[in-house]
Amino acid sequence: MMDFLNAIVALLNFVVIPGAAYGAQLALGALGVTLVYGILRFSNFAHGDTMAFGTAATILVTWLMTSLGISFGPLPTALLALPFGIAITALLVLGTDRVVYRFYRRVKAAPVVLVMVSMGVMFVMNGITRFVIGVDEINFADGARFVIGAREFRQMTGLDEGLAIRSTQVITLVVAVIAVALLFWFLNRTRTGKSMRAFSDNEDLALLSGINPERVVAVTWIIVAALATTAGVLYGLDKSFKAFTYFQLLLPIFASAVVGGLGNPLGAIAGGFVIAFSEVTVTYAWKKVATYVLPESLAPEGLLQLMGTDYKFAVSFAILVIVLLFKPTGIFKGKSI
Amino acid sequence: MADPFLIGAGMTGGYGGADILHDCTLAVEKGEIAVIVGPNGAGKSTAMKAVFGMLKLRQGHVLLDGEDITALSPQARVHKGMGFVPQTHNIFGSMTVAENLEMGAFIRRDDFRDTMAQVYDLFPILKDKRNQPAGELSGGQRQQVAVGRALMTQPKVLMLDEPTAGVSPIVMDELFDRIIEVARTGISILMVEQNARQALEIADKGYVLVQGANRFTDTGKALMADPEVRRTFLGG
Repeated sequence: MMDFLNAIVALLNFVVIPGAAYGAQLALGALGVTLVYGILRFSNFAHGDTMAFGTAATILVTWLMTSLGISFGPLPTALLALPFGIAITALLVLGTDRVVYRFYRRVKAAPVVLVMVSMGVMFVMNGITRFVIGVDEINFADGARFVIGAREFRQMTGLDEGLAIRSTQVITLVVAVIAVALLFWFLNRTRTGKSMRAFSDNEDLALLSGINPERVVAVTWIIVAALATTAGVLYGLDKSFKAFTYFQLLLPIFASAVVGGLGNPLGAIAGGFVIAFSEVTVTYAWKKVATYVLPESLAPEGLLQLMGTDYKFAVSFAILVIVLLFKPTGIFKGKSI
Repeated sequence: MADPFLIGAGMTGGYGGADILHDCTLAVEKGEIAVIVGPNGAGKSTAMKAVFGMLKLRQGHVLLDGEDITALSPQARVHKGMGFVPQTHNIFGSMTVAENLEMGAFIRRDDFRDTMAQVYDLFPILKDKRNQPAGELSGGQRQQVAVGRALMTQPKVLMLDEPTAGVSPIVMDELFDRIIEVARTGISILMVEQNARQALEIADKGYVLVQGANRFTDTGKALMADPEVRRTFLGG
């Protein structure tokens, strides 16, 4: 019985909790991708770098705040800086839209052209971010580190396995839930939100109904900036910030959006968790859990790790390929690419 | 006689290449139903789109209540009191029936609950299904959503592009009944119809188009009685 409890705790500690936090971060990222796809009708390759820029902006504001002696008690100061980071990022993406994307909308460029354009934007944002904040790894989480520490947990329960819940993991989940609730409230209950859904559903009919496309596009970009910055800051708090890592996040984020069904916000959330848990379970060494659960004679000798963590991107890539081959519209019937 | 409420007079134009319409004239009086019929490829839908400003006219003009609206965009015409129901893709499939109607009223800043109640009175089935995604409804019900959406702006003219395409004969009769009801409230109706015989029966005025030009124009009844129209377009 004890062994079984230990196995569950180990599973929670190494798979469920980190997976849930990572899943929430991917879900927020994928929501941004899916909104751009649903409304502007192209795959935004610059999304990872929008996240990086938003996080960098937030970090700069955080540093400014700490230098002024402002802190958020046990919570990371970055959460206070987040609204400012979002505002700066919103200005950047709105400016990008005005300078770059609007032209291609006017000439009714094919989606694939817009994808290429977004790659160009990606390189530019990439450069701006690195120029502003550098290429190094930055830890900007302050405040309390743990909600429950592994040692405390062992003392509390008397189990051999420790369960550590980091405050950034809890913050990630709470903030993600709030962000998603706000987003869905906005999309389903407000006039502007409904007009965005209408525009995504049937552009011509939306125009006939008097919906102003430029306004829909601008509101979309602001929401995308908010989601991208939030996702980036949560990821950075949970792990650390490095411009290159954020660029790499593009793959799991796109995989999440596609698995869930591009253009479908619910799908993006489901997809985020599917990808996160696949990545974590495939790269986790199951030896510990197996030793607890299996009888001694069956105790595994190897690590029981399907794939090294260095290869974690292969997981999203494989899932992406499988979904595109067998169910291109994703779990929740998005638009096929 | 005064000008008709809505008239597209001497319209000539196309989608860029060759002209599709040749000196084509369509008009509808207040509260009346005008029906455009004709063989496939006669330019019926094109003529209607021209009246709504969806293609550029090389010649001719469109007057609404005496005002020249030839240069206005379709959106601007919606603000002027024209409602348009396209033949396909005429609903927001992923949104509920009620949301479809709400989006129809997007340009209105006043309280539109009365109009919504009127639409529900006209199409009671929509009230029952108001919280269901419009895309999950049957063909006939979707057409009702489409017409209801266009009515939400309280238009003076309602333009319908083949409202009965792909629905069963029973549903078609019912839709026609509803369209007559709409006309009785004072809304002018201009519609393109594939089911020429039934459409002409309810029409105050009928236009038979052939190759983008007016061939016959008369009251619906007179066209039905005209032996040549019967022989060529109504199958005897």
